[in-house]
Amino acid sequence: MKTTDLKALILYPPLLALLLAIILFFVGGIVRPGFANLNQAINIVRLAAFLGIIAAGQTLVIISGGEGIDLSVGAVVTLGAIIVFRIVDGDNSMVLPALGACLAAGAAIGLLNGLGVTAIGIPPLVMTLGMAGVVQGIILVVTQGELIGGPAPIMSTLISRPLVWEIPGVVIIWLLVGLIMWAVLERTTYGKQLFAVGVNRTTARLSGVRTPLIVLATFTLSGMLAALGGFMVLGFTGSVFLNLGDRYLFPSIAAVVVGGTVLAGGAGSYWGTMSGALVLTLITSLLTALQLPESYRLMVLGVILLVLLSVYGRQRGLRQ
Amino acid sequence: MNTTFQKITLRHPYLFALGLLVIALGVNFYLQPNLFEQRVLSGNLRIFLPLMILTAGQAIVIMGGGLDLSVGTMVSMVNAILVTWITRESTGAEIATAIAVGASAGMLAGLFNGLCVSYLRLQPIVTTYATSFIYAGVALWILPRPGGLMPSELTKFYRSNPAGIPLMIWVAALLILLWVGLRGTRYGRYMFAVGGQAEAAYATGVPVSLMRLSTYVIAGLMAAFAALALTLSTGTGDPRIGDAMTLPSIVAVVLGGTRLSGGQGGIAGSLIGVVILGTIRNIISFADVPTWWQTFVDASIIIVALAAPGLIRLIRRRQTQL
Repeated sequence: MKTTDLKALILYPPLLALLLAIILFFVGGIVRPGFANLNQAINIVRLAAFLGIIAAGQTLVIISGGEGIDLSVGAVVTLGAIIVFRIVDGDNSMVLPALGACLAAGAAIGLLNGLGVTAIGIPPLVMTLGMAGVVQGIILVVTQGELIGGPAPIMSTLISRPLVWEIPGVVIIWLLVGLIMWAVLERTTYGKQLFAVGVNRTTARLSGVRTPLIVLATFTLSGMLAALGGFMVLGFTGSVFLNLGDRYLFPSIAAVVVGGTVLAGGAGSYWGTMSGALVLTLITSLLTALQLPESYRLMVLGVILLVLLSVYGRQRGLRQ
Repeated sequence: MNTTFQKITLRHPYLFALGLLVIALGVNFYLQPNLFEQRVLSGNLRIFLPLMILTAGQAIVIMGGGLDLSVGTMVSMVNAILVTWITRESTGAEIATAIAVGASAGMLAGLFNGLCVSYLRLQPIVTTYATSFIYAGVALWILPRPGGLMPSELTKFYRSNPAGIPLMIWVAALLILLWVGLRGTRYGRYMFAVGGQAEAAYATGVPVSLMRLSTYVIAGLMAAFAALALTLSTGTGDPRIGDAMTLPSIVAVVLGGTRLSGGQGGIAGSLIGVVILGTIRNIISFADVPTWWQTFVDASIIIVALAAPGLIRLIRRRQTQL
């Protein structure tokens, strides 16, 4: 292998983030003896899987460019979990219909986001922010504060318990999502057009891409994937509360950026987001394991995030 | 083409917001007939003031082509500083020092954001999201749990009506006056240039990085003043008091007719945006909307308000095509 190839491979963002995750894991073992063992590793990958699945849609939206960002994923995760919680109500046979309803609700919200952005021209940031408020409102109207229902036993078996060897089901599902995302981004017309739209909307339109349709589809997929994330999170926690998904919102964006996807759009990968989710989950687990007071934990997290983002988040210089 | 229509809306970005405000106030007045009595009015305005000051800073950053997600935690941080520094027994000099320290802390935080964004060239959204953790941590470190009490003279001053006009009107007028003065200066023109087309501004000799840096410092200072207003309004401290103010400050700027992409907009519209948000809340509580429906109605009205300019554009385009 030529040195330039090697250099390019090492600087390949997803790989770099993955390396960082592995280093962090062993640093954790040194700083906190007992941190770096197999159980802990599995636990961290399992926690990262939830963030990773939720960040899948965020990856698509950010690649689509045009200041694309989805601030409604947190609320949609909560909504998805609550829908499943209520429909399933402890009954294994209701899991599939509930999953369908949950995905449909997520898709509908994503579609509305997409319509607001493409047809009316509201900036994605405020459109999805407003939508997050509406979804929160819908949750309050529907539940009236009373959360009735329950997860089905099969959900925790398939999602959070060890499924094959010691690997929890959600990790396998995450790998499947990763494969599907890779295929969608690299092997389908939609994927090619998505990158084209992200690089430059005008040139994409002039070369025959139906730009609004691609953006619409992207926001719809983002809503669906966030709702799927809600389903998964419910399988893990077994209970719901009114701001269940909020803590995934900004980490989903950070995971995408740490994984080397450019916030300006047009370049990136889901492998990167997966590595980014691992890195972020490791950092939060490590900080928790160190048992620092919350004030220090927040400050350290902020500094680490800043350092991580400065690796890939840098923008072009004006002279270039 | 609708050149005159476009020209007017471009030159006066707050006009649409003003229309919305008139409608919102009309509905509010219908539901709450004593709205314009001085006691009720100044009570309302006192609640709006902290967010107004914060939004003015956010608007400057956005017009300069950036975004600041850390302003809310800066408010928390300065609030923590103020309540730990000022006690009931504080003398005037001590209070002045505390305010100066708070203002410096806000400007330092803004300076740090600005250095990261303009000189390290980090992306604004993720950078200020990351720094917001640092400021939230500092707030918790200074003030681990809610508490503290402001001297009653200070809280009384906040409720006062100098020359018969609520304090908040004075502050809002001052902000708009400062803005009108600033807009015409070289600084104002540079700021719009940087926000609109950074490369072109750089090519014509505008100090782009310095301009960007300065917008974040202004936002930090405004966050400190917002914290002062909030501290005087509540009379006490809470290390998370400002965290939830960040996102409303962005919504208010956009409602006020300033584009998120930068290079255009104004302070007057942004302040109107804050009053619109507050008036919507008022309307909901006076219209007897059932408690569980309030968030939904609030958010839906905001989305409709955000969508309205785009809808008008859409309809006008269709008319010209016919």
